[in-house]
Amino acid sequence: MEMGETKKLNLDHFIIFSIVRPRTRVLDLGCGNGDLLYALAREKQVRAQGIELNEQAIQACVAKGLNVIHGDIESSLKEYPEDSFDYVILNQSMQQVRNVDWVIDESLRIAKEVIVGFPNFAHIKSRMKLFFSGRFPVTESLPYRWYDTPNLRFLSIKDFEDFCYRKNILITQAHYLGKRKKVHFLPNVLACDAILVLRESKEAENLKEESKEDLCGSIQRR
Amino acid sequence: MLKVDKKDPSSVGVVETKYFTFAQEDGGMPLQCGERLGPITIAYETYGKPNAEKSNAILILHALSGDAHAAGIHPGLDNPGWWDEMVGPGKAFDTDRFFIICSNVIGGCKGSTGPSSINPKTGQPYALDFPFVTIADMVNAQCHLVNYLGIDQLLCVAGGSMGGMQVLQWVASYPERVRSAIPIATTLKHSPQQIAFNEAARQAIMADPAWSNGDYYAYGQPEKGLSVARMIGHITFMSIDSMEKKFSRRLKNGTLSFSFEADFEVEGYLRYRGANFVKRFDANSYLYLTKAIDYFDLSGGKLIPPDKKISTKFLIISFKSDWLYPSQQSQEIVRILKRRHVDVTYCELSSTYGHDAFLVETGEQTNLIRHFLNNVYEERF
Repeated sequence: MEMGETKKLNLDHFIIFSIVRPRTRVLDLGCGNGDLLYALAREKQVRAQGIELNEQAIQACVAKGLNVIHGDIESSLKEYPEDSFDYVILNQSMQQVRNVDWVIDESLRIAKEVIVGFPNFAHIKSRMKLFFSGRFPVTESLPYRWYDTPNLRFLSIKDFEDFCYRKNILITQAHYLGKRKKVHFLPNVLACDAILVLRESKEAENLKEESKEDLCGSIQRR
Repeated sequence: MLKVDKKDPSSVGVVETKYFTFAQEDGGMPLQCGERLGPITIAYETYGKPNAEKSNAILILHALSGDAHAAGIHPGLDNPGWWDEMVGPGKAFDTDRFFIICSNVIGGCKGSTGPSSINPKTGQPYALDFPFVTIADMVNAQCHLVNYLGIDQLLCVAGGSMGGMQVLQWVASYPERVRSAIPIATTLKHSPQQIAFNEAARQAIMADPAWSNGDYYAYGQPEKGLSVARMIGHITFMSIDSMEKKFSRRLKNGTLSFSFEADFEVEGYLRYRGANFVKRFDANSYLYLTKAIDYFDLSGGKLIPPDKKISTKFLIISFKSDWLYPSQQSQEIVRILKRRHVDVTYCELSSTYGHDAFLVETGEQTNLIRHFLNNVYEERF
C-alpha cells in the first residue's frame, strides 16, 4: 500500500479504506467525488461502483476512471441481484434517505457487509448547545441549520445500536471518530461520527440459505 | 451551422468521404427480413490514424438524418460535419489519440446503398423494391467495413438517438468486438409514443400525391410530405423551454397577417427546416429508416443473452429536457447492465435543448467522454 495516496484521505475514508479487503466488490452509495472509491480501486484493486446524485461529482468520478451511476440511493438499490457486492458503503448518506429501514435491508440483501458512517447527534457539543442555548445544535459534524440541513434523520450511536438489535443485525466492527483521531471512551458522548460494519445475523443468513435451497429443491422437483 | 476556420487547430481539416463495396456475390448480404441485399456500398469517413496494433479505433454512428461526414469540412465547402465539436484534435473523440470511423447507414441516402440507389436487376432506383433493413442489418454492414479496415476489436462504439440504437445493437451482435460503448439519448425500444411520431411522419410523406408509391425518382420527390415529416421531427427534438427561448410567440413581421402565412417565428422556422431538408434527404429513406427504428427492440434479455457474460464497459448519457428519448429509457439500459454486473457509468446531463442536446450540448459530454475513453484505452481499472 502506498501511504502517499491514503494519507490524503479524510479520517472516515481512511477507516473505511482499512476495513475493506483487497480485490472485493464495493458499491458506494453517495460516493461524492469518488476519493474513497479511487483509493480502493487503486490501492486495493477493488471492483468499484459508485452511486451519486450530483452532476459535478459524477464528472469528478469519471475523471478518476470510476464507474458511477447518476441516481438516488433508494431507486439505485433495487435492481441489483442478491450478493452482487462484498460491501455496500453508506458513508454520511444514510441520514439523508427517507426509508432508512428499507435501505439497510436492501444493502444487506445485495452485499455481504454494509459499512455505515453517520454523525452522532448525541455528541457532547450537540448536547451542550441544545441544553444551554435551547436551539438546534450546529457542530462540525452536523454543520447545518434546522432549515437548510440535507439530513432527514438525527440519531445517536446508541439509537443506531438499538435499531440493529431490534432488526437482528450484527455489528461486527465499530469505529468512533473524534475531530482528528479515533475515540475509545464514551463514544456516544465523545464521538462526532461512527463507522459501523453490519452483517446479517446468522439466523437471518440461515433463513436466506434455506429459502434458496427450497427454491433449488422445487426447481429440481419440477 | 458554424463555419470552420481551415487553419483551426481543433478541426480535422479537409476530409473526403470514401466508399466500400461488398456483398457482390451469393445474392448479397442476408437481411433480418429474409431477403438479401447486394452489392452494398457504404459511405464512410475516417479521422486520425490507427496505431500499430489497431487498438485505438472508434466507430461513430449517426442519427436518422445524419451521414458519414461527422467532422472537418469537405473540399470547397464551409459547413463542418454533424459532430465537429466532438471529433477532432483534443476534443471528446481525440483524433490525436484515436482512429475514428464514421459510416453512413444502409437504407440511407448519403452515399450508402438505400432505396434511391440503382437496383442492379432493373437499372432503376430500388424505390419500394428496396428490402426492409433493420438496425441489426445496418450493424452487420458496418461489421463488414470494420473487417475491411482490418480492425479486430473496436475501442468504442458511440452515437446518439438512432446512432445509440446501433451502439446497443453492436453490443448485442458482436460483444467481443466492442471494448466500450457510449449510447447517448437513446432506448432499447421505441415506446408507442415514439412509434406514433414516426408513423405521423410516414403518413405525411405517403399522403403527398408526389410520393406515387415511392416511384418518384423520375419526377422529383414528395417535397410537401417530406417537409411536414421533418417538421414533426423538429418539434420532438426541441423542449418546451428551448422553444420558448428560441421563438416565444414572436411574430415574423411584427403583426398578425390574418392569413395562413407564417405569422409566428416558430412557423417560419419549421417551414425553413422542412424546405431545407427536402434538398438533402430522400423521402423513401425517411420511410425505411423510421421503420427500422420502430422495429428495433433489444428489451427482455436481447441486449445480453442470459447465458452470456460481456466485458464491454458502458457510458450512458441522457438529457433532462429530452422528452422524445426520456431519461427513463436510458435508466432501463442501466438497470439491465446492473443486473448483469456490467461496468456502467450513467449521467443525466442538465440541458434545456431537448433531444437536440446530444448534438449541441457538447461541453459536459466532452468531459465525460474524453475521460471515459482515456480510462478504457489506458485500462486504468
